[in-house]
Amino acid sequence: MLENGWDTFEIGTILRPFEGAVTDIVNTLPEHRNYSKSNSFSISVADWRIEKPLLNLEECIHCQFCWIYCPDMSIISREKKMVTIDFDHCKGCGICVEVCPTNALLMFPEQMDEAEALSNWPQEENTKVKEN
Amino acid sequence: MTQIKAKTKNLKNFSTSTERFEGSNLLCPGCAHSIIVREVLNATDDNLILAASTGCLEVCTAVYPHTSWDASWIHIGFENGSSAVAGAEAMHKALKKKGRLKQPERTPKFVAFGGDGATYDIGFQWISGCFERGHDMMYVCLDNEVYANTGGQRSSSTPIGASATTSPAGRTSYGEKRNKKDIMAIMAAHGAPYVAQVAPNKWKDMVKKIQTGFATEGPVFINAMSACTTEWKFAPEDTIAISDLATESLVFPLYEIIDGTELNITYRPKNVIPVRDYLGAQGRFKHLFSKQYEYLIDEWQSRVDAKWEYLQRREEARV
Repeated sequence: MLENGWDTFEIGTILRPFEGAVTDIVNTLPEHRNYSKSNSFSISVADWRIEKPLLNLEECIHCQFCWIYCPDMSIISREKKMVTIDFDHCKGCGICVEVCPTNALLMFPEQMDEAEALSNWPQEENTKVKEN
Repeated sequence: MTQIKAKTKNLKNFSTSTERFEGSNLLCPGCAHSIIVREVLNATDDNLILAASTGCLEVCTAVYPHTSWDASWIHIGFENGSSAVAGAEAMHKALKKKGRLKQPERTPKFVAFGGDGATYDIGFQWISGCFERGHDMMYVCLDNEVYANTGGQRSSSTPIGASATTSPAGRTSYGEKRNKKDIMAIMAAHGAPYVAQVAPNKWKDMVKKIQTGFATEGPVFINAMSACTTEWKFAPEDTIAISDLATESLVFPLYEIIDGTELNITYRPKNVIPVRDYLGAQGRFKHLFSKQYEYLIDEWQSRVDAKWEYLQRREEARV
């Protein structure tokens, strides 16, 4: 199907999100799914981003607010714990940072190194949250 | 169903849901549409047959040759997302009756999505038909109060005073002149077994209503407030904050109507905030804060107060 251009496909075209047969998708984690090239999971919108959210697991209380409110399914949570951020799908909207009750998530310039951000995690904002 | 209900008891449990809606769709950063769609899809473990009418959700999640849906999903015209799903539901019922289903034990849920343009205006006749025929399906309206997909034209959901591209605010106009259509009352008047209004920021309330909808036999209508960062003119990170302002100021009250009569208010804010705060947070109402149009803000407040009073009285009267 992917061989056809947008102006050559026929009416009634079917796009299959997975390769082969799929039986129990609701109990299959994304990392175990056999995504096809047609699934938008396989592409990236990373070039939309100017700023990126970074996760500091030391500050995280695993409340999952960022998971539920992320519009791009980019907050990866496994077994009720935050794990990481999927930077292929994150558009950098910043909702996760706004809903985070602690300072576990902050926005940084796209080019900033994660290790550098974590080593200089702002402290003063911590006190500000506590005052509130 | 019991298992699912236990899953949504708290957010930590709910976060064990696996997504059936994928990232790298082309919805704007901060768009509430996908927050709503995720909450709907995660509310059930059943198989799903979905349809979407033309609108932001459809054009951004099925950009050929890619799809963001890990479920059976059909795109069809602007007006007939509802009838496509109703047709699938009727076919499923007929094949089951004839014993021709390969897996008769699998009973999928049928859901149609449409924006406010497809729901309030263009697709209204089709939705009305589906509800009149009593198909066992759910219709979810992603109500962002404007034709956002085609450039921000006003729809019959656009509230009074909002500046849209076909009702712009300026020296001689304060923007949209008409009041928002009361779609909840209209759908309830069809005698639908379940009609509910939800907002994505109140996730528990929303998931509960979606699950009630799935458990209900017959047509179910869900009106979901979907804050639009582009047309409402606010920063993408503020989507949840704006949704909070809408529910806390009662501009968008959360309630349900069962069998067309029994009305229940499902969320009562502890501290009701003034409508002024909700309007002030969005660029589309910026002009209302000029001297010339400020009287409209008071009118807004009294309209919201009157509606809240009406809802409370109806809840009490049970009619």
